[in-house]
Amino acid sequence: MDLRICHLYPDLMSIYGDRGNVIALTQRARWRGIEVEARPHRAGERLDPDRADLYFFGGGQDQGQDVVSKDLAGPNGDALRRSIAGGAAVLSVCGGYQLLGREYVPEKAPAIPGLGVLDVTTRAGKVRFVGNLLAEAEHGMLIGFENHSGRTYLGPAAKPLAQVVVGHGNNGEDRTEGALQGRIVGTYCHGSVLPKNPWLADLLLLWALERRHGPVRLAPLDDADELAAQRSAAEVARARP
Amino acid sequence: MTIRTAAAVAAGKLARLGLQALGRGATALPGLVTLAVDPRAIGEMAAHLPRGAVLVSGTNGKTTTSRMLADIVRAAGWHPIHNRSGSNLDRGIAAALLAEASWLGRPRGDVGVFEVDEASVPRVLQQMTPRVVLVTNLFRDQLDRYYEIDALARRIAEAFAALPADVTVVLNADDPIVARLGDRHSGPVLTFGVDDPSVGGRVLQDISDATHCPRCNTPLAYARVVLAHVGDWSCPGCGLARPPRDVSATEVRLDRGGTLLRIAAPAAGALDPVRVPVPGLYNAYNALAAIACARALDIGLPTAVRAIAAFRPAFGRLEVVGAGGRWLRLVLVKNPAGFNAAISALLETGGRHRLLAALNDRDADGRDVSWIWDADFEALAPAVDHAVVTGLRARDLALRFKYAGVERSRLHVVDGWSEAIRQAIERAPAGGEVVVVATYTAMLALRDALARLGYVHQFWED
Repeated sequence: MDLRICHLYPDLMSIYGDRGNVIALTQRARWRGIEVEARPHRAGERLDPDRADLYFFGGGQDQGQDVVSKDLAGPNGDALRRSIAGGAAVLSVCGGYQLLGREYVPEKAPAIPGLGVLDVTTRAGKVRFVGNLLAEAEHGMLIGFENHSGRTYLGPAAKPLAQVVVGHGNNGEDRTEGALQGRIVGTYCHGSVLPKNPWLADLLLLWALERRHGPVRLAPLDDADELAAQRSAAEVARARP
Repeated sequence: MTIRTAAAVAAGKLARLGLQALGRGATALPGLVTLAVDPRAIGEMAAHLPRGAVLVSGTNGKTTTSRMLADIVRAAGWHPIHNRSGSNLDRGIAAALLAEASWLGRPRGDVGVFEVDEASVPRVLQQMTPRVVLVTNLFRDQLDRYYEIDALARRIAEAFAALPADVTVVLNADDPIVARLGDRHSGPVLTFGVDDPSVGGRVLQDISDATHCPRCNTPLAYARVVLAHVGDWSCPGCGLARPPRDVSATEVRLDRGGTLLRIAAPAAGALDPVRVPVPGLYNAYNALAAIACARALDIGLPTAVRAIAAFRPAFGRLEVVGAGGRWLRLVLVKNPAGFNAAISALLETGGRHRLLAALNDRDADGRDVSWIWDADFEALAPAVDHAVVTGLRARDLALRFKYAGVERSRLHVVDGWSEAIRQAIERAPAGGEVVVVATYTAMLALRDALARLGYVHQFWED
């Protein structure tokens, strides 16, 4: 069995350790004997909509996000939309999460359209949410570190990924964190998010493998270290939000 | 001096005496007391330094660079006041001035050499006017505190634009974020860089702070990449390129314990090569930065070069201490670029290494430990004999080693500083070396534990 991962804009959208997610996906697949191809897509290159099973889209600085939203406004945006409609799975974090939504509304400028594959809208906020983020999801605990000023609000087609226990999450108001829609996951958790939340890594692997290999079963891994790191980070979040 | 400043100095000095009576270090608190009474106290005291002050800033290398510079000015016969302990917010500068000032606030030195946290540069420049200000490099560092690097660079450039024309700005030409910081400064800008074509590779390392042009956003082209985004850069879009270097390393030869540098500067004549006695290319950059500052202070290059050759490293910067019949090599790390630089210096020595690795997430370490996933543990992994892993976020660090490919049986997670030291020593053969890689507060805690175990002195005695 093989898995093809595409890391979207790694040179522009990989801040706060987000590349750890690609490392986690790659290793957790290889430990199960699955061959992994992990390739970058950079602005200006042609994105092949049939290639990747799984996209990773991380957070970036303002300057980088401008370049990326221009690239996605062209044919590469259509290719990515087609690829997702064809069953590819996506993990998006922070800036990547915002760019997959309907639009981003700056404080004093016209709205910037997003890719529109997630039913979420983000507005600029005055205060930056910085700190440990602990939330509860259907399949397990979600732990990470948030660092964003955008406030994201979910539309009816997107479900919250988790409920906030400590921290701010999507907008600091409705206690929701992240979004889930089809095989697309959005979250504000840096950390990196996947190493300490192995259930989410495996969920994405399962979806991605199903695209070309049909229903699959993932062999269990010994996650004692992952869960120990999750527990200790959760303790830190509770003690020092 | 105003009455307010005099009161501020007196209050700070009393705080200092009190701390000393308690046997405590006084590297920041007295400064905090002084600044609370008079926020302008730094400027008032520094104005009495006859040779002015140098501010040394940047993400990596400021402690080593400022120590090198302090050695250089001493070799020139000057008397520096220096915040040696690495306490580098405005309070640390105030504390250093207090420690070396009379009760009337008159400094007993003639020149200030102040390491300044990069995010504090705009604020410190509002409080005092230096003679020289240096920026070594700007990398991602503790972004939960500093936010994005573009924004920080903009704030520093604005602060430089507001400086009087008699201030010299010294910048690393090889860092595209730093090289442009002096564009709107009305006074002299002096640059330094590495011009040995054999140094650095062509592949961009995986840290993306500045892969795009600061002027037009086009991806930068690199003839050579030295470290992360530092190298021989140019923009294929608008033609912006590395500015000419006023102080240049034309030849760089790395060896196990240091680096041989050949330095060229206009009107300097031919200089003998200097050996920087601390290993790693980043320390060669630190030496180059210190020499550039010496030039900005009109100190002769032969004097500067002599001081560099006699340099000794600072706390946690590759210093070696004996403990229990083993040698501990202390390596302070705080961000991906610093980690990668330290690791490549370590890998240059070859062989497999026994590690004691410690990760904390206090304010001074950066509360977001995400950065470990940007650091190149994959390069380190094959050279790990074993690692004792400790600190407040030991389990995050152990996970990082595991995903980098270090076998689980080579990792030992240990809680408690003394216990971690004990196990690291026990697991190394007598006479063997243990490399201690730790973040700032973790290194302090390890140093305290080593002192309690009778191995090293408290570091503020340094």
